Amino acid sequence: MLEAARCIVVRDLLVAWRRRSDVATALLFFVIVTSLFPLGIGAEPELLRSIAPGVIWVAALLSCMLSLGRLFAADHADGTLEQLLLSSEPLGVIAAAKALAHWLVSGLPLVLIAPLIALQYDLPAPLYPVLALSLLLGTPVLSLIGAIGAALTLGLRGGGVLLSLLVLPLYVPVLIMGAGSVDMAAAGLAPDGQLLLLAALLIVAAAFAPWAIAAALRISME
Amino acid sequence: MTAQSVKWFWYASPQTFYPVAGVIARWCGAAAAVLCAAGLYIGLFVAPTDAQQGEAYRIIFIHVPAAWMSMFIYVVMAFWAAIGLAFNTRLSHMMASALAPTGALFTFIALWTGSFWGKPTWGTWWVWDARLTSELILLFLYFGFMALQAAIDDRRRAERAGALLAIVGVVNVPIIYYSVQWWNTLHQGASVSLTRAPSMAATMLTGMLVMALAFWMYSIAVTLLRVRCLILENR
Amino acid sequence: MLEAVDLACERGGRSLFRGLSFALRDGELLRIAGPNGSGKTSLLRIVCGLLSPTAGTVLWDGAEIRRLREEYAKQLVYIGHAAAVKDDLTAAENLRIACTLAGHRVSPRQIRQALDSFELADLPVKRLSQGQRRRAVLARLVVSESMPLWLLDEPYAALDAAAGRLVEELIDGHAARGGAVAFTTHQDTRVRASQVIDLDA
Repeated sequence: MLEAARCIVVRDLLVAWRRRSDVATALLFFVIVTSLFPLGIGAEPELLRSIAPGVIWVAALLSCMLSLGRLFAADHADGTLEQLLLSSEPLGVIAAAKALAHWLVSGLPLVLIAPLIALQYDLPAPLYPVLALSLLLGTPVLSLIGAIGAALTLGLRGGGVLLSLLVLPLYVPVLIMGAGSVDMAAAGLAPDGQLLLLAALLIVAAAFAPWAIAAALRISME
Repeated sequence: MTAQSVKWFWYASPQTFYPVAGVIARWCGAAAAVLCAAGLYIGLFVAPTDAQQGEAYRIIFIHVPAAWMSMFIYVVMAFWAAIGLAFNTRLSHMMASALAPTGALFTFIALWTGSFWGKPTWGTWWVWDARLTSELILLFLYFGFMALQAAIDDRRRAERAGALLAIVGVVNVPIIYYSVQWWNTLHQGASVSLTRAPSMAATMLTGMLVMALAFWMYSIAVTLLRVRCLILENR
Repeated sequence: MLEAVDLACERGGRSLFRGLSFALRDGELLRIAGPNGSGKTSLLRIVCGLLSPTAGTVLWDGAEIRRLREEYAKQLVYIGHAAAVKDDLTAAENLRIACTLAGHRVSPRQIRQALDSFELADLPVKRLSQGQRRRAVLARLVVSESMPLWLLDEPYAALDAAAGRLVEELIDGHAARGGAVAFTTHQDTRVRASQVIDLDA
């Protein structure tokens, strides 16, 4: 059961491991973008503390976008995508496996490195778990929704820019809830509501996005 | 049942639809002109001056119906897109593609008039008000739909990819709307809302409804004309 | 049994073929011939379900492949025009993944044998030549005896004479075992096809 799906996750992780530099580049992008904000805005601790959640979340969105372009494009270019479409398990399951692999390679590292960025922004210590939890719940949604866009723009000219135009508006709720939960905690309120909403978004995305990705792949591969 | 469905598919064939669309478009266009004139007359001359906001509020006669249309057209677009995907009917895809520019236009009008209204009321051209922000994101969604269809050369793929995006978008629109509203209360507190500001007098409501009807007619006319162009292009 | 009924295909507004019907029974070989751009690859992609035809249907044992989906995919091996191997993985890893995806289990010993018969070392694919990559893909045929239907797009492209002969033997052997093979080629082949579809005609 789910052998093909597991095989895809392992395969994508193996390829990512052999191309470690690509993964590191997306992560570095995240670090650099967050480091630019103090340079542009000014380094007053009070200001930095207040913008930290938003900056970290926006940078996470952009860094996720950056790696989405490769999600199906590499498989499309070398012809393995056709074999994925002809696999022995429903395409929705295969699509979910691809999104999971994408999250493990590009979303999870962001969750792990975010506390370091928060340190630079002098975020109060009690907010760290909230930030990490919001990213942990939110970044998989980014991978799932983004994969729909990546599948739709497969093989198009200017696919990367187009992808961001399609996907970024759909990321708005995740951004608002993710950054909002940290803001709530910073204001001394309980962030449970926002985190639960993020979890709800994740469940809904996990239930429906794989089928949309599958449909998009079928449309693009014809 | 079968006789009924046969008739539907008869209308769905582009050849039969083409002349029908022309006639409907002409009548709707005329109705739009008349209703628009009537609506503007009510809005600009009949409706009373608002005690708080003076004459500036009168822009709502364009702003509110445009905002209604912008959201409604997206739903209609997604509806046709879904029909097109489900039944593989060319005409439904054409309807979806033809609606997008009109929807984007109304979204833009809603944003523009909202900004015009904001200047005398709040003193700035742009306020991150929940409704305006939602409209802005809606505009991005329309642009995404049109950009995706424009980027794909293969007609069939363009139609179907756009359709899927419209469906994903329409599922997201309410989520985006409510999250933006929540965000607005977190960061700004409730602000004076454009639609609720003046207590609704009967004449004002009439004016707005007439304008909304005019925009409806305009949308139908323009969309059908655009569908006719698409039919010609694809022949 | 594979059946195609009244297939038509249009690509980019141009009609490639229409009214195309054929049946491929167990143990039969179908050769799809025709010049470049005549729709050989499109036909093969329609038959394996990657492309939906403008008109007509494809049936597997009497059921539409559109409905069968992965049930049908489990029955077939499709080797397309592109290499379908990951550059960063070795030939053996690629082969194992391709088989696992298709839902059939192969032992490491079988994989080694398959690579040996195509004289391939277990190197990362990016260090192989074009012809060797093609061999790495076709090695899958050695371990796919149990799959009833083979769909091969230009199996001889980029192969040298020895590897070409090996592929011919594999195709013949599969048909002799009672498997069905459909393949496209514009080269001559010694494989004796039981049917030929010429898309030029």
